[in-house]
Amino acid sequence: MAVSEEARPKQGKTPARARLASLRFPRRFSCDDVFEASSIIFAGVIVLIIVVTSVFLVRGSVPVLESFGTGFFTGKNWIAAAGSESYSALPFVLGTLVTSAIAVAVGVPLSIGIAIFLAEMAPWSVRNPLSRVIELLAAVPSIVYGLWGLFVFRLWIRDYLETPISNNVGSFPVFQGTPLGLDFLTAGLILAIMIIPTVSSISNDVMMAVPASQREAAYSIGATRWEVVRTGVLGYARSGIFGATILGLGRAVGETMAVTMIIGNIPALPASFFQHGATMASVIANEFSEADPGSLHLSALIGIGLTLFLFALVINVFAQLMVWRVLKVRGGSVE
Amino acid sequence: MSNRSFRKFKDRLAYGLGVLCVVLAMFPLASILFEVVRNGLPAISVGFLTRPTGNITDPSSGIGNAIEGTLILIGMTCLIAVPIGLFAGIYLAEFGDNKFGRTIRFLNDVLAEFPSIVIGILAFSIVVVAIGHFSAMAGAVALSIIMLPIVTRTAEESIKLVPSSIRDAAMALGIRRWRTSLSIVLVTAKDGILTGIMLSIARIAGETAPLLLTVLGSGFFFSGVDQPIDALPLRIFTDYKNSNYPSALAQGWGAALVLVVLVLSLNLGVRFLTRGRSTFARARA
Repeated sequence: MAVSEEARPKQGKTPARARLASLRFPRRFSCDDVFEASSIIFAGVIVLIIVVTSVFLVRGSVPVLESFGTGFFTGKNWIAAAGSESYSALPFVLGTLVTSAIAVAVGVPLSIGIAIFLAEMAPWSVRNPLSRVIELLAAVPSIVYGLWGLFVFRLWIRDYLETPISNNVGSFPVFQGTPLGLDFLTAGLILAIMIIPTVSSISNDVMMAVPASQREAAYSIGATRWEVVRTGVLGYARSGIFGATILGLGRAVGETMAVTMIIGNIPALPASFFQHGATMASVIANEFSEADPGSLHLSALIGIGLTLFLFALVINVFAQLMVWRVLKVRGGSVE
Repeated sequence: MSNRSFRKFKDRLAYGLGVLCVVLAMFPLASILFEVVRNGLPAISVGFLTRPTGNITDPSSGIGNAIEGTLILIGMTCLIAVPIGLFAGIYLAEFGDNKFGRTIRFLNDVLAEFPSIVIGILAFSIVVVAIGHFSAMAGAVALSIIMLPIVTRTAEESIKLVPSSIRDAAMALGIRRWRTSLSIVLVTAKDGILTGIMLSIARIAGETAPLLLTVLGSGFFFSGVDQPIDALPLRIFTDYKNSNYPSALAQGWGAALVLVVLVLSLNLGVRFLTRGRSTFARARA
């Protein structure tokens, strides 16, 4: 990659080329300038989208912020019934944090295991086919995860995970309640499955970008394959894997349909893993089309959208910076 | 340092754990495909695929309108997102080697990871509020915002892969820069760009959340871009909400099978055609 980039003629107008151009087209507006300008405008659409999103989200959530002030982020209740309306984003923010934390805690170690196996250990003939199969997990639409989660996965979790836990350590506060499978735990676990392709494929790329000399050095002093990975590869790829983890977190935070279908959709502060709940994304998906235009309810939902937007923005900017640093600056052979 | 056999044991253990992780990840995929086929296949018939939904308890209810809606939404989305994405990609590849270009590239990556429901709110605030009701147009706008960063990124990567000798040849012939970009570089890069477009179509075909906020769904065939429309993922969601009717549930699984076949064939088709291309599109689409 680096070589071909150097070999390509310089992109910007060098003084020599500029002089040549002005000789050939004296004082005329060249088609190339028009072309460059129009392509800049199209690229600017991307900036525009982000700006417009922020503006509309802030404008939409002004009414609810005016009515509730900081109470919108600290209150406990979400009541949409006319007359006793009370809106707080807190239950949903916490719901998102709990489910995403479960997703990261379960999904990331699995993904790193997959990435290590596929990048460093597996026989060459199976690496590519296996990584493609894992990537297919990302191709399955979220709504299909939801359907499968509701009618298949939920029952597994209820019968083989939650019921035994409840029978043995049900007295712990975090495991209280009747395990139905429609709860934070199941939602978090299905998110764990959904972030595996993201985290494992980026971690895989990051490990592939580790220079071979790192491995050769470890092998040359007699390390086993695992020791090579642990000493030579993981340390080098650490920040990239961390970036991949954060990207996975971003995925989990924004994921909507599968969670909406299996979390139970009760706006309550999370106290137990076995409790119905809701996340920022799920409450928007559930209530948005029911809210009347111009109502405080709609504004509250947009306010939650704004909160989710800020979460996603911070997480993704951070993650992109981490991944970029590894893949671009260290000059990986990734692209 | 521990003795040699213990170190070998740890190596084997790590290998075994790696295999376990891969198996654990493949198990849900296998189960999803199995369940979708098992529950969806009995529903499939010619009538099911061609008739409109109408009343869900009606035994002749089908998903023809949902399939039609998904295809129309894909078409409209491509009309909006592909030209913008192509030009943005051309900008990034040809002129983007500066601060503005790096900023755009960065924002594009950030936009690609935005929660789709937030994009739904955006399209709602712009299009639905302006028209006054839910519409196919609003859904297409939301889906194009999801599709745009994927197309932009793959276009940029594919254009950058075009060998410099081709540009040199064009330059030697005295062809203008814009002409080179549009009729030579773009044509050379078309395989990669088509890959990106197909992968992004696979991605938007399964998007549900933004559609809930923009097109709402409908039980009837297409009646205009300013009217609500149905789509496969929305049909599945509506059927899930009505899942106390067994017929709705069967229809939902049938629609899920059609959607999975559509999305996976796009994905597998692309992957089969282009082995070992851009990792970006694969990881994120």
